[in-house]
Order: sequence, then C-alpha cells, then structure tokens
Amino acid sequence: MEYSNSELLTVNAARLLRDEDVVFVGVGLPNLACNLAMHTHAPNLVMIYEAGVIGARPSRLPLSIGDPTLVSGATAVCSMYDIFSFYLQRGNVDVGFLGGAQIDRFGNINATVIGDYENPKTRLPGSGGSMEIAGWANRCYIITPHQKRRFPEKVDFITSAGFLNGQGERQTSGARGGGPQAVVTHLCIMTPDETGELTLTALHPGVTVEEVQQNTGWLLKLAPKITVTEQPTSEELRILREELDPDGIYLK
Amino acid sequence: MSKLCSLKEAIQNNVHDGDLLYAAGFTHLIPFAAAHEIIRQGIKDLTVARATPDLIYDMLTAAGCVKKIIFSYMGNPGVGSLRIMRKAIEEKQVEWEEYSHYGMISRLQAGATGLPFIPMNPTAAPSLEKANPNIKRLVDPYTQKEVIVVPPLLPDVAIVHVQRADIHGNAQIWGIVGEQKEAAFASKRVIVTAEEIVDETVIRSDPNRTVIPSFVVSAVCHVPFAAHPSYTQGYYDRDNPFYLGWDEVSKTDESIKAWLDEWVYGVADRETYWQKLGDETHERLHVKDNFSAPINYGDY
Repeated sequence: MEYSNSELLTVNAARLLRDEDVVFVGVGLPNLACNLAMHTHAPNLVMIYEAGVIGARPSRLPLSIGDPTLVSGATAVCSMYDIFSFYLQRGNVDVGFLGGAQIDRFGNINATVIGDYENPKTRLPGSGGSMEIAGWANRCYIITPHQKRRFPEKVDFITSAGFLNGQGERQTSGARGGGPQAVVTHLCIMTPDETGELTLTALHPGVTVEEVQQNTGWLLKLAPKITVTEQPTSEELRILREELDPDGIYLK
Repeated sequence: MSKLCSLKEAIQNNVHDGDLLYAAGFTHLIPFAAAHEIIRQGIKDLTVARATPDLIYDMLTAAGCVKKIIFSYMGNPGVGSLRIMRKAIEEKQVEWEEYSHYGMISRLQAGATGLPFIPMNPTAAPSLEKANPNIKRLVDPYTQKEVIVVPPLLPDVAIVHVQRADIHGNAQIWGIVGEQKEAAFASKRVIVTAEEIVDETVIRSDPNRTVIPSFVVSAVCHVPFAAHPSYTQGYYDRDNPFYLGWDEVSKTDESIKAWLDEWVYGVADRETYWQKLGDETHERLHVKDNFSAPINYGDY
C-alpha cells in the first residue's frame, strides 16, 4: 500500500509507545501517533496535554493544544502549574514527543532562533513546554522530516537538551529524564550511542544510507548492523485515514 | 458590594498607559473582548505577559499598545507563526523577555503566593539561561544540588474570562483552568468578564468550582462570547478557521489595519461584534450539551 511521509512518521512514532505509557502529547503527528497506538498495541496509553488535561479521549481531531474536545471525557483537568510540577517535574511522565527547526548531532533541539539571539535572523516560537519535557520525561522521541537544513552539526540555540556535547554532559547536568531515545524521520531512525551521538540504526523501506547522509549536516555515525523498518500495515493506514484524520489535516 | 460595570468602564478604571498586563487563559477563555476595548481606548506602552501571546497580543501589538512582551511560546497555536509579534521582535520595535512555560508559570505562582521565587529542577538546556539574566541558579541548602529560580511576576492588572460570576466577583471556571487563579492572585487589580452573571446562591451551590474569590476582584463585566476566537467550554467552540485566517490577515500592514478598522474600531462592543459575525458563525461554533453527573454536597 502507498503511504505518505507523514503517515510513515506517525506509524513509526506509534510503534515506539508501550502499553500503559503516560505520554505528554503535542498536537499534530504526535497526537495521531498516540491515538494510533491506543487503537493497536497500547490500549491503556494515558495522554497528558500541557494545557492541563490528563487521560484525554478526544472524540474529534484536536486542532490546538487546548482544544475543548480534550477536556470532555478526560479523567482529570489541572492548572498549568500542576501539570508541569506534579506530573512532569515529579517524574510521572514516561514519554515526551519533540520537534524543532534544528536538531544536532547529540539530539539537542533549537526551536527559538536562527542566527544570534539578540539580533535574530529568524525568530521561532520558543520553548513552550519543550525545555521541561526534554529535561524530565523518562524517554523522548523526536519526530521530524529529514532535511539537511534541519540537521546541522551544532544548533544555533539549545532550546531543549539532548546530550549536549556528549560524553555524559547531560547526566551531570542534574536533569532527571533519559533524553532523546530515538529520532524518527521520513528516511530513517537514529538512536544515541553510549556517548549520546545520533547513530543511524534503521532505514525505512527503499531508503539508502547515502540518501540519509546527503540530508544530514555532519558525517553520520552508522550502527554496525542497520535494519529496515517494517512498512506501515494496511490496518495502521486504515485507522489513520478512516478514523483519526479523515480530512487529511495532518497526513497529506 | 456589587462590582458590576461595563467593560468600557472596567478598562478605563483599571488599565493605564505603561501597565504590566496579564490577559490570562491557556488557549481556553482568552479575554479578547477586553483586549479590543483596550485597543479602542488607545492605551499605550503596555508590558504584556502571557505564556502564549496568542492572537490577543498579536492584535494589541498591531494596534500599537505594546512596549514589551514577556512570553514562553510565541506561536499561532495549531497554525504556525505569530507574524506581527515576530516581526516586531525581529525589527526590534518591541522589547522582549523570554522563559519556558514552566519558568513563566513559576513566576506567576511565586507572585500569586507572595514568595520571592519557586525553585525548579534543572532541565539541562543551557541557552535561554544564558540569554535571560533573570534566570538564575541557587544551591539547595539541604542537598547542595543546584535549582533554577526566576523572579515573581506581579502584574498591575490581570484580565480573566470565566463561565460564570456573581456581582461581587466570585468567579467559576471549568474546562482548562490554565493560570487564571495565579494571574488573579499575583495582580494588583483584576477584571473579570463572564459569560453569565449568576446569583450568589448559584456560586454557593458549588463552591469547589470557584477559582477566584470576590475580594481580589476589582471589576465584573457581563460579556457573553468575550473569548471569541478562542472558546468557552460548554458555551461555544474554538473558531479554528479564524486562527487559520489570521495567518493571512497578519501578512501585510494594510490587511491588519483593515481588520482592526472593521472588527475593533468599527464596532462599539462585543455584542455588536458577535452579531456582526453572523448566524453561520454562531451555528458553526454552537456546542451540544454534555452535563457532568451531579454531586451531593449534603444538607448540613
């Protein structure tokens, strides 16, 4: 079955989730990935939104992080202070999804500025909750299209921390979370090695190592054995297309 | 004592040139009607603080009300960039001060509880801490580990929109509760706008739902549909096409001016604005009822 890049990203993101994970969800592809996981292998997934909604069961596709459909039928609603302190800082969140304008060799993310901070060339939205999600969720997954400009060797600004400069720098920083466990792109999956450096571990069907390298801004480290991901199944695609995003808002 | 007044009076009496303003509401209950009244009254040099500036501060910036912005996520939620604020920052027409969401909300929480700061654990992300000298480190005297601190946020005035309030200002919210309580307790003056003004007995029938007590409130205004294009849980839906459309409106100075002329300067109040939106929009934003199971407080 044919599939789009965003469908490929969403399916591979969903497969990283485990049943009973508590996930800090964003709108767009991460929301679709969580809902897909709930419909397939992780029926007991708990979705938490930074607007303060816990155990959301959205009956329509949420179009913003504070969509009212997230509240109706949820298990709990709390203040913004509570969601960041009781839930995220305390260590009650298993998984966070992240994206950003730039991702570097050690999984650091820039969502703040291109160029100098005081004299911005391009001003981006900024952290929102991503600084804390990257710091404190047990596992983080970065979901992004794979283009050379998105993957510079070093980011202009570290909005949220990956493994900093590697060599255990993150571990000594005092941040509780495990950092990015995988970067899922429309070409491949990269995972950090023991120093925190992103390493090509899996290619999507039909993609070559050369193609990944051409779209990456540094000489990418290769795992000793690179696997190939399983194609999106017809059932996964059916759920996405017919049940979760029938109007193709995020999955074009 | 009744604090009920028109929105026009409430803004006249409580929002002044040069104030630090916090218009509360995380996606939900954003007090757009009050912002439009601020624009109509030509109030200048505001420092505006919000975790998510949203369209409300894009509009205030477009109308020339803003001197400085304090924020943690400057995007059009679910759409993309906030073009007007972004351009103002890139071209240095406004000053800015930036935090993460938790940093921003910790500032408000400290302000609301009378504390000098509320410590946060480190996140390992170094750049914002370097860019903003207000973000500092302290050593925890018990463990000798470092914590992050930010100063309290103490607005001159907070504006909060709620589902229902009584004439004294006791205000009830349900759905996403964001940071309205914190904003109200942190601020010197508080304006409450409400979808419904209800009798005090209605408030007293469900005291757990009261988020803001009367004695921190300066003015109460009855302003149905005050949150459009955001939403009020159980009353009307978020106008997502409006948020998408703003991306177009905010592209050029001419289209921004035309929008402000038509929808802010060209209407006297929120009632006129809501009628001008028309039946089709009213229908589209209508929500069906979905009541909670009643709870029993007991007759003691």
